Amino acid sequence: MAIEVRIPTILRTYTAGEKSVSGSGGTLAALIDDLEANHAGIKDRLIDNGDLRRFVNVYVNDEDVRFLGGLGAELKDGDQVVVLPAVAGGAS
Amino acid sequence: MRFDNHLASVGNTPLVGLPRLSDQFSRGGVEVRLWAKLEDRNPTGSIKDRPALKMIEQAEKDGLLRPGCTILEPTSGNTGISLAMAAKLRGYRIVCVMPENTSEERRQLLRMWGAEIVSSPAAGGSNEAVRVAKRHAAEHPDWVMLYQYGNAANALAHEEGTGPELLADLPSITHFVAGLGTTGTLMGVSRFFRSAKPDVRIVAAEPRYGELVYGLRNLDEGFVPELYDASLIDTRFSVGPRDAVRRVRELLELEGIFAGISTGAILHAALGQAANAARDGVAADIAFVVADGGWKYLSTGAYEGTIDSAEESLEGQLWA
Repeated sequence: MAIEVRIPTILRTYTAGEKSVSGSGGTLAALIDDLEANHAGIKDRLIDNGDLRRFVNVYVNDEDVRFLGGLGAELKDGDQVVVLPAVAGGAS
Repeated sequence: MRFDNHLASVGNTPLVGLPRLSDQFSRGGVEVRLWAKLEDRNPTGSIKDRPALKMIEQAEKDGLLRPGCTILEPTSGNTGISLAMAAKLRGYRIVCVMPENTSEERRQLLRMWGAEIVSSPAAGGSNEAVRVAKRHAAEHPDWVMLYQYGNAANALAHEEGTGPELLADLPSITHFVAGLGTTGTLMGVSRFFRSAKPDVRIVAAEPRYGELVYGLRNLDEGFVPELYDASLIDTRFSVGPRDAVRRVRELLELEGIFAGISTGAILHAALGQAANAARDGVAADIAFVVADGGWKYLSTGAYEGTIDSAEESLEGQLWA
C-alpha cells in the first residue's frame, strides 16, 4: 500500500533531502513506524510521549489529522499525507 | 445607516446568499446553501477591525493604554491597518512588525494611516514577526503590545459580534467556516454557537504557504497561538495557493464578489462541506467569512493570467 508523504524542509535531513517519500500503513501510527524503518530518527521528531508533537501538524488529504483520530487515523492507498511545522499564519 | 463616527461603524456586516455557487449542491428538494459574511465592509476593509477595536477598548478599560502611548503589534497587514486607523483617531502612536514578504499595498496602507513599520525576515513568516515584536516589547517596556494571538478581546469581538450577527441573519445556520490565523474568529464564533446553537459545525481553513514560510531552524520554534483551543473546532483544512486562487476567481466570476486570496481558501473549505452535505442528502446553510477585499493583493498576480502563473507568483509570499 503506497501513501505519499510530503516532508517539510526541516525534516529532510532524515530523508536524504527528499521532499516526498512513499510509505505504508493502515493508520498514521503504522505509517510513521514504516517511515522510521526507512528513515531512522524521523519518528522521534514527529512523536513525543506517544502523541504528535505540539508543533507538528499532519494532514491527510488536506484535513488536519488531529480531527480524524490523531495517530489512530485510518489511511488508505493513494492518500496524501503532508507534514508541516505549526507556524503563525493567516490574514493577521 | 448612521453612526456617530467611523469606529462606531465596525461590524454588522451583510450576509449575502450565493445562489449561483450553491446551485450545484441542491438536489431532490434538499437545499444546500452558501452564505458570505462580507467583512470587507468594515471601516478599513477587513474583519480585523473587530478585534482591533475590541483590543484597544479593553486595554483602555484596563488602564494599559493612555493618550500618547505607543502600540506595538506583529501583523502581516490587516490587524496593523485596523489598529493604525483606530490609533490615529484615539491619539496613539503605533509600530507594526511585519514580515518582509507581504504585499506592498499593505505596507503603503499602514504608512498612510501613520504606522511605523519594522520589517522581520521573510523566512519564518509571521513566527519571525512575533519573535521580533516580543524582543521590541522587552526593549521598550512602556510600549503596549496588544498581541492579537493571545489577547482574549480578539476572540471576544467575534463572540459578541460576528456570532450573534450570523445567528440573527441565518437562524438555520448549520456550518461556519473561517480562516485560521490568530484563531480569534473561530474561537469567538464557536464559543457563541457552542452555547447558542451547539450543533453548528465549526470549520477552519488554514492557508498552506510555500516552503520558505516553514523554514524554521528547528521544530521547537513552531507556534500555536495562545488563543487556540482545538476543542472549539470540528475540523481543520489546509488549503494551498492553487485552490485559494481558483476559488477566489470563482467567487468573482459567479457571484461578483471581489475578495482577498485568503477568502478563496475559506471558500474552498466551505465548498467541501457543501459537497459532503449534498452527498449525504442533508440540507445545509453554510456561512463563511469574506475576510477582506482583493484590492490589497492585486500586485501579487493572483487575479490575472493562468492559475499556474498565479500559483507560482504566490510562492514565498504570505498571501493570507
